[in-house]
Amino acid sequence: MNKSIINFIITIILAFVFSLFLPWWSVMLAGFLSALFVPLKHSSVFFIPFLAIVIFWGIYAFTLSSGNDFILAKRIAVLLPLGGNPYVLILVTGIIGGIAAGLAAIFGKQCQLLLKK
Amino acid sequence: MKYFKFLISLILTTGIFYGLNTKFGSIPPIGKFLNPYSGVWQNETDEIINGSISIPNLKETVTVHYDDQLIPHIFAQNEADLYKAQGYITAKHRLWQMEFQTYAAAGRLSEIIGEGALNYDRQERRRGMGYGAEQTLKDMLADPITGPLMQSFADGVNSYINSLSPNDYPVEYKLLDYAPEPWTTKKTANLLMYMTKMLAGGDDDLEYTNILRKFGQERFDILFPDYYPNNDPVIPTNTDWSFIDVPQTPQPNSQIVLDSISETIEKPHPDNGSNNWAVSPGKSYSGNAILANDPHLGLNLPSIWFVMQLATPEHNSFGATLPGALGVVSGFNQYCAWGETNATRDVIDWYKIEFNDDRTKYKHDGIWKDVTVRIEDIKIKGRENYKDSVLYTHHGPVTYDKNYLGDNAKAGYAMQWVGHMGGNNQLTLIKMNRGKNYNDYVDAIQHFMAPAQNFVFASTEGDIALWIQGKFPNKWKGQGRFLMDGSKSENDWQSYIPQPFNAHTKNPERGFVSSANQHPFDSLYPYYNYNDGYEGYRNRVINDFFRAKEKFTIQDFKDLHNNNYNLKAADILPFMLENMDINSLNTEEKEAYHILKSWKYNNDIDEIAPSLWSNWWSKLYRLTWDEFNIEDLALSWPFSRQTMHLYKTKGDDTFMDIIDTPEKETAKDLFLISFKDAVKSINEWKAKNGDYKWGDYQATYAGHLLQALPAFSRFNIPIGGGRSIVNATSENHGPSWRMIVEMTSPPTALGIYPGGQSGNPGSKYYDNYIDDWAAGKYNTLNFMQSANGDSSVISTQTLTPNE
Repeated sequence: MNKSIINFIITIILAFVFSLFLPWWSVMLAGFLSALFVPLKHSSVFFIPFLAIVIFWGIYAFTLSSGNDFILAKRIAVLLPLGGNPYVLILVTGIIGGIAAGLAAIFGKQCQLLLKK
Repeated sequence: MKYFKFLISLILTTGIFYGLNTKFGSIPPIGKFLNPYSGVWQNETDEIINGSISIPNLKETVTVHYDDQLIPHIFAQNEADLYKAQGYITAKHRLWQMEFQTYAAAGRLSEIIGEGALNYDRQERRRGMGYGAEQTLKDMLADPITGPLMQSFADGVNSYINSLSPNDYPVEYKLLDYAPEPWTTKKTANLLMYMTKMLAGGDDDLEYTNILRKFGQERFDILFPDYYPNNDPVIPTNTDWSFIDVPQTPQPNSQIVLDSISETIEKPHPDNGSNNWAVSPGKSYSGNAILANDPHLGLNLPSIWFVMQLATPEHNSFGATLPGALGVVSGFNQYCAWGETNATRDVIDWYKIEFNDDRTKYKHDGIWKDVTVRIEDIKIKGRENYKDSVLYTHHGPVTYDKNYLGDNAKAGYAMQWVGHMGGNNQLTLIKMNRGKNYNDYVDAIQHFMAPAQNFVFASTEGDIALWIQGKFPNKWKGQGRFLMDGSKSENDWQSYIPQPFNAHTKNPERGFVSSANQHPFDSLYPYYNYNDGYEGYRNRVINDFFRAKEKFTIQDFKDLHNNNYNLKAADILPFMLENMDINSLNTEEKEAYHILKSWKYNNDIDEIAPSLWSNWWSKLYRLTWDEFNIEDLALSWPFSRQTMHLYKTKGDDTFMDIIDTPEKETAKDLFLISFKDAVKSINEWKAKNGDYKWGDYQATYAGHLLQALPAFSRFNIPIGGGRSIVNATSENHGPSWRMIVEMTSPPTALGIYPGGQSGNPGSKYYDNYIDDWAAGKYNTLNFMQSANGDSSVISTQTLTPNE
């Protein structure tokens, strides 16, 4: 299987498991570890875990919110402010988690490079 | 290069962690906040209202039915379990609010919000809010009924708090990044103190002192007369006071202290007030007494009220509760209904204190007495604590001294307030909930000290009554109108009006009782009182309504709650229009003139005249009292009722003159100038916002408790009414709970408030009552007669003792 796909899947699985008992930075730990064990190259180092967490957080946020007619998401999207659009809030949520995971993955990759030698 | 990259990536990772984990100003820690597993997404749900929950130390099983309005109907086997369940259930729906209010009450907001709240906190501490709460707590804990029940309530709240993980915290905790602390009986005392401040925390003694010094006694009396004509008081005129055999305190020859005070502490909202009334069986369409109540308070979300049914085998009550206090505050049980309006009285006086050199003693009748020091230790988020030493005399806290809004090293102003003197309001509420008849009601209310309330009462036996209940100093004529000399004991409060002599009426001949914050009694009541900003319009509309016909129905009660008749405008506007010189009006002004001329004085949402009138009146009022627009001097402006009286009787008084112009203006000139100004301003408003219909112009909103965060607030609520109107809705203030109870057996009741039962902005029950409330509709209150519930039950939760 393509390394990228493996990294993508592992990131999501780790993020899911960690998020059950760790705070929000569980996604950073997931990105870090997946980069350490399944290192990618070039921009994929960042973008694969980024995408994994955007999708993971985004889908979960959507599931929680759609079950409640997006009542709170609409309000939070006024608070932040994102024009009151709950979908934008879901996207922002995913991107925030994604960036955190992606940067942690870059760090993981650098660690992996240091350890390799 | 390798190490450089490593370093850069390390910095980036640490940076993003810090950036997303930290609160910046009002921005929450965004990673924490948006994490779907623990952040705000977890609040995107309604509260769980089914299943079974075990609660430590519950004696027996408690059943909680929810109806489709999310009103909990709690059925317990004993009072300890009942109030424990009340604590648990209230916390479940309103935890953040109930805790936040106690922080605000105790002057602890800096702990949550940071330095920005320090001035507020200092002010509340200087007002003695913590001290006052401690005094009432002592009385409440010493009482064999309230002490243990308040602890049960606290245990109930805590069993809910303990069941939460940070993921479950209400959204406001996540936004401000803090956690709930355990509930204590002290917090209930804090909440009750908060109500005392809101309703009995206002006075103008220092401002009046400034006015007296600036204008002299004769001018002061013109501006602020003791009595107004045409009062239509709470207790009907011609009530027989001959049973009162304790005289008013005789007047000593005391001298007023004419100090100049530049700034005073913040006062409660001047519109805090209410309506209540009841008709006797003889005046009721059905032969059952009918009672109504609508407290006018700030319109907030979550709402100040939480509606519940609270039942044991011994009693069964229903109505509006205050999240954090035990029992129903405005409601009914199987036998009685009750409700409150505020009974304003001057229960705050100020004394000038003379200290010795090191401020350890103060002078009283030539003796140096010891000062006690209360150290107010204010915690501030992200900063070291602020310590404020507040000096206390036998009067109370020295609010103003060299460390706070004063500059005199050896003097200060001490506050004497019934709010600092203890009492057991909680016992009143618990006894009212249990009450079966008029005697029980009289027995219940006697414990209520402050804020003084007009307690309206009706029973299935057919009694109606109204007691003005509170702790009132028996003052000599004029006592405490102005700053007093604190070094002379003759100025101290000498005694209190004995409780049985508090003004009251039972089954009056006229067949109805009512109160709307107007003057409490006629001038024949044998104790000193003066006009302290009493209402002069709502009361007359209400009383005229009940004098107008023989029988009243529930629909009449609804109509009166929603009555938009603007008696204030009707009283003065024709005079203004008649006396204004209209020759110089341009086309736009003439049009506005005719709009007002044809107005029937109803502040309905689609009318445009009320907007014009409101704009004109505020301009006229400000123009009239330009003498009072002085920086560095605390002044209270004359009441609008007296202002209007002066236009009619002293239209050429020098107060009417605009001091900045060389001409000598009279009232007629002020009418014209302010009218032209108002027309211009309202047309500018129109150009920007469209037609100035009253509903749009008034733009009523219900603001979230956190400085009306727009995301959690409701704006442009389509409702009419206004200040001094029976439907007393203004911009952010109004009827916070409307209730009508007919004393059938069991009673039948309607109720609604501008909010919703859930405190969670993510719940559909957060603000679902607002539209119906604005439209003048009511919910039927499902008064369940047994723990089996009825057909309105949508879900049931069982609270069980811990195994």
